[in-house]
Amino acid sequence: MPSEPSQSGTNGQGRRPDRAAHSAALLVAMLATWLLLSGYFEAFLLTLGAMSCVLVVAIARRMDVIDRESFPIHLTARLLTYWPWLLKEIWLAAVDVTKRVLSPRMPISPTLIDLEATQRSDLGQVIYANSITLTPGTYTIRIHENRILVHALSREGAESLAGGDMDRRVTALEAG
Amino acid sequence: MELLRDILAWGLVLGGCFFTVVGAFGLVRLPDVYTRIHSAGIVDTVGAGLLLAGLTLYGGFTIVTVKLLLILAFIFFTSPAACNALANAMYSAGIKPVLAKDDEGGGS
Repeated sequence: MPSEPSQSGTNGQGRRPDRAAHSAALLVAMLATWLLLSGYFEAFLLTLGAMSCVLVVAIARRMDVIDRESFPIHLTARLLTYWPWLLKEIWLAAVDVTKRVLSPRMPISPTLIDLEATQRSDLGQVIYANSITLTPGTYTIRIHENRILVHALSREGAESLAGGDMDRRVTALEAG
Repeated sequence: MELLRDILAWGLVLGGCFFTVVGAFGLVRLPDVYTRIHSAGIVDTVGAGLLLAGLTLYGGFTIVTVKLLLILAFIFFTSPAACNALANAMYSAGIKPVLAKDDEGGGS
């Protein structure tokens, strides 16, 4: 793990082997998107589609925008267990916020809370911040140097976030 | 089987409508712009999610299903970015959120 190349490195020296895999994955993803969105299966149109995809991958390679951050295939498998958990959290939080909004007394206690994001990469922190925002009742105002400023609709929401369960899960997702 | 699927699909669509209305209701009812964002958050996660899930079920599993799921994925990826842009802009502009005092709230 310590020998991992820097995430923000600009000259692609350390991640050459990565690039072929990422290009191939991008090509497959784009071909699948083309087929599924167009719904045409004639040879002429398929050829045009394949040529477009190859052209886009070639341009993306020249621009050097294919990397772990723009196309995180290394996360795919772990995302499949993270997303269902996140959906469950979103559902529970949405029901909670709904109750608060509809309750005649409106039991809200808006809170600002400063949390630590333990993820090492920018991508991990963005996933954490966006997960917080996607969960109703809490959202990210800003990220600065591993500190995340969060607004919560209720003190309970802020406390459950401060418990750090989501933070640990995203860190595990990122590091694996 | 057909009937069961239709009932489930309609249930999901109505559920999505319910949460969308709750979001709009909260938008009017909550005290300031920071808390109102929470209400909008219900609309673009659970509201949109249930509506699109219902439509997916109702339409049967065709090529349109893929498009509906893509719409859902795009909403889930873009709405936090929009929300953060809004919150960050407000905070940077110096708008102060209404916060709970220590002796009130937290009562539920």
